[in-house]
Amino acid sequence: MHLIACPWCGPRDEVEYAYGGEGHIARPARPEALSDGAYADYLFMRRNPKGVHAERWVHAAGCRRWFNVLRDTVSHRILAVYKMGEPRPEAGP
Amino acid sequence: MTDQRFRNAAGGRIDRSRPLTFQFNGRRYDGFGGDTLASALLANGVRLVGRSFKYHRPRGIVAAGSEESNALVQLGTGARTEPNVRATQAEMHDELSAASVNCWPSVEVDVGAINSALAAFLPAGFYYKTFMWPPRAWRFYEWFIRRAAGLGRAPTEPDPDRYEKTYAHCDVAVVGAGPAGLAAALAAGRVGARVILADESSEFGGSLLGEAATIAAAPALDWVAGAMAELAALPEVRLLPRTTVFGYYDHNHLGLIERVTDHLGPRTDTTLPRQRLWKVLARQVVLATGAIERPLVFDDNDRPGVMLASAARTYANRWAVRAGDRAIVVTNNDSAYPAALDLSEAGVNVQAVIDARETPPDAWREPLRVRGIDLAAGRTVAAALGRKRVEGAEVYELAADGSRLIGAARCYDCDLIAVSGGWSPTLHLFSQSGGRPRFDAGIAAFVPGESRQAERSVGAARGTFSLAGCLAEGFAGGAAAALACGFGDGVAPPVPATGDTPAGPLRPLWRVPTAGHGGKAFVDAQNDVTADDVELAAREGYRSVEHLKRYTTTGMGTDQGKTSNVNALAILADLTNATIAEVGTTTFRPPYTPVTYGALAGRSVGDRFDPVRMTGLHQWHEAAGALFEDVGQWKRPWYYPRRGETLHQAVARECGAVRASLGIVDASTLGKIDIQGPDALKLLNLVYTNAWDNLEVGRCRYGLMLKEDGMVFDDGVTARLGPNHYHMTTTTGGAARVMGWLEEWVQCEWLDMRVHFTSTTTHWTVVAIAGPNARRLLAELCPDIDLESAAFPFMAWRDGTVAGIPARVFRVSFSGEQSYEINVPSSCGVALWQVLMTAGAKYDITPYGTETMHVLRAEKGFVIVGQETDGTTTPQDLGMDWIVSKKKTDFIGKRGLTRADCGRADRKQLVGLLPENSKDTLQEGAQIVAEIRPKPPMPMEGHVTSSYWSAALGRPFALALLMGGRARHGQTVAVSSYGTTSWAKVVPPIFWDKEGERLRG
Repeated sequence: MHLIACPWCGPRDEVEYAYGGEGHIARPARPEALSDGAYADYLFMRRNPKGVHAERWVHAAGCRRWFNVLRDTVSHRILAVYKMGEPRPEAGP
Repeated sequence: MTDQRFRNAAGGRIDRSRPLTFQFNGRRYDGFGGDTLASALLANGVRLVGRSFKYHRPRGIVAAGSEESNALVQLGTGARTEPNVRATQAEMHDELSAASVNCWPSVEVDVGAINSALAAFLPAGFYYKTFMWPPRAWRFYEWFIRRAAGLGRAPTEPDPDRYEKTYAHCDVAVVGAGPAGLAAALAAGRVGARVILADESSEFGGSLLGEAATIAAAPALDWVAGAMAELAALPEVRLLPRTTVFGYYDHNHLGLIERVTDHLGPRTDTTLPRQRLWKVLARQVVLATGAIERPLVFDDNDRPGVMLASAARTYANRWAVRAGDRAIVVTNNDSAYPAALDLSEAGVNVQAVIDARETPPDAWREPLRVRGIDLAAGRTVAAALGRKRVEGAEVYELAADGSRLIGAARCYDCDLIAVSGGWSPTLHLFSQSGGRPRFDAGIAAFVPGESRQAERSVGAARGTFSLAGCLAEGFAGGAAAALACGFGDGVAPPVPATGDTPAGPLRPLWRVPTAGHGGKAFVDAQNDVTADDVELAAREGYRSVEHLKRYTTTGMGTDQGKTSNVNALAILADLTNATIAEVGTTTFRPPYTPVTYGALAGRSVGDRFDPVRMTGLHQWHEAAGALFEDVGQWKRPWYYPRRGETLHQAVARECGAVRASLGIVDASTLGKIDIQGPDALKLLNLVYTNAWDNLEVGRCRYGLMLKEDGMVFDDGVTARLGPNHYHMTTTTGGAARVMGWLEEWVQCEWLDMRVHFTSTTTHWTVVAIAGPNARRLLAELCPDIDLESAAFPFMAWRDGTVAGIPARVFRVSFSGEQSYEINVPSSCGVALWQVLMTAGAKYDITPYGTETMHVLRAEKGFVIVGQETDGTTTPQDLGMDWIVSKKKTDFIGKRGLTRADCGRADRKQLVGLLPENSKDTLQEGAQIVAEIRPKPPMPMEGHVTSSYWSAALGRPFALALLMGGRARHGQTVAVSSYGTTSWAKVVPPIFWDKEGERLRG
């Protein structure tokens, strides 16, 4: 029952959300121009940092909006919440 | 009936107006309201309460609280029986019934005690060393080991009780309602913070319930009563007695288990739940969890009658029970002195206090002398005498360095050895919160280190054992926690005066030298781990405390080593010439005490485990005798057997009706998504493999969706309702997934795309009629749509009315027959269905279920996503290259399909199979093998994905994925399933109306 602050609905229980993996993975503008290796990187390779992780969540049982989260994977503290399309902020304290 | 001869005539916090009877091991005893099972057993002189786990040694009650390691009982009978309950926490109620565990046939005569004689052959790591060979025999060994272990029995019947879950938020959660916890709750509550105060006991007061202490020159329990009254009057304070905080998780999330009615015994009135699981999110946590007294490690220290000094004191003060007639009190610190005095006051003949320290504090000499209690300094107990109960103790002088005993034993005749090896702060929750304990040599114990979450420890939990200190830290901690939440000014309330005697330093004493006549010195009594086991582990190289724990199992019992951990690692430190700080502690994990599964499940059991979705026509299907199949959460009619029909017969009849005349099926579960916006077309072109530009309003098209890796994800028909308006259908099971998929792409990737999605699955009832008479029937009921094929061709839709109901009719077919899917508002579904059934009677209209639907579509070679595909299947594998646009520059999965692997000639491809034996329906999931061998492994080439008997073909047929299958039409392959082999001919995956004339006609 961690509280996650949806940018549209405010703090809500974690069970209302679904996790969407690492954030800021942009779909290649011209996928056909990529080598198999580069395309596999886009498809499968994800960071697994100890510390600050940028990831995306969806308020699945709420407003159904996707948004970005900065989370510390050690403490599970949520350091920032920001809307899709906004740049990644500096990690908070 | 017994006389409770160890119960004093007055005193204690029991309710003497409420006498109760209970049963233990089949014998009846008396007790009082307010007793625990442990206090009532002791009052009746019952000392032998169980047998130990490995050696089946006789065991008695050691503690008075949740740290009890020995007195585990099977509580209750039948469906309500509960294993591994600590007798010290089982509140007495009338007709309580309990039995010993780990013994057969009885606790007095236990066959398993032979293990005690075999002890030399059962050292630490015995199982690892002995049962490793031969590898297959482990299953055989394990069966015996598990039976012999006998850790109580789980009930075999369904749980008759009700459990609830509740969620709460607060500013300050205070764990433990002893002096420090009460003070913290008062300080935070007085300034208006929302406070939750939880304590595992039935009464608040903590250690004060078991001590004769004074606060503000009055009995401490008067202060407790005042604090309780004040807290109860504060509107933002919630008091939770009988509530254990069992887990401390991230974000200051606490797990609490409240025993709501356990103390009332089995009840027929279930208005209140048995237990309630609380999930609490606290802005600040104050841990006032107290401390646990450590036992001393000496020979045969597990005999019934060896008890923690604080426990013996608590039994005397809280329950007016004498834990023995003749006692010695053995200690290495000051806390046992008031215990000895309280025991004496309660009428126990306390012969001596045996203090390991050379020079005990002078303050205690006079009070002991007044009571006629000897004081033996520089000495300790080295062996307990007696077997099923303590009959005496051997006391020796201890060398200055503690390494050996000096001189001859002095034997005491006693039935109670009250021991104190010092105190360990209860760090479980602190450790669970992520904090690392730090060793404090001053009190020879681990104390909380730096906080990782918004928590603070106060009082004994922090290593502050004086009452004055506990109150001061509680007040200060509560005030600070409240201030951190924006309440008050952080100034602690004034601390009342207490009657403490200042305590002197203790003498660490981890392992008393052996008395030398073969006794066992237990470190962890619950798991039967001795000091010798720890020594053996150290000798064999297990120097890390984590390895020690796993090798010897010390601290791994249901008590999680509450009394044993520090002794075990101190002995290890000694053996490895390391400091205790260097050895460190093992990790504490939730739960603090066991939590029953019923509470974790709460109401999510039986029918409430998962939602059941039913279509608007469900009751009609039920009345028609349909059997149902689960498709995701939906209940769909599987088939409609007539009297005496088997599945096979019913499906053959239903299939025959559709092919010959007319069938009707409830297709309402089909996923439906309404798509609107100027960029709707652009979106469809990106998510489907085919091109959508030339789809006119009034027409619909089949589409296939891929994941980015090129693998088939979902399929369905989408209709163009207007220039910027589409109606998408998905598979029944994939509806939510596809909706989420579309939303994710548009919200995360194509942010400027102007398109919106609305799930309309349950807005519509969808009834499909299929068969050569479908159009004739529809024409009777639908005056405003021109149904002739020229005007309303296959893969088109029209708005109109059917049976007077506004309807949207799709001319699509999943059966291969002439077919219409009639969509009407959900509320009109039953009316539509009934009109169709009545009007269709002349065509022998036949309701059919999912099984017939699957046979019909398989005869046509239509795939089902998730049956013919498994996440590694491309459109080309399915022979559906025709649906993959070559002209579109991009769609999801296009790049994935161009990987070399997707072009391999030997990929598994969809084929049809005709078994050679025309009576032989293949098993779905059966493997197609390149070579038949007597037993697996055999080289696998593919598998059967769908297999049915076809009434239309008069024979069985199947669909399969087969390596290089498209080039193998005409070959015969072997299909292996559970040891039987069938032979089948590979054919193209279409068996009915290859030209598609029937569905277009």
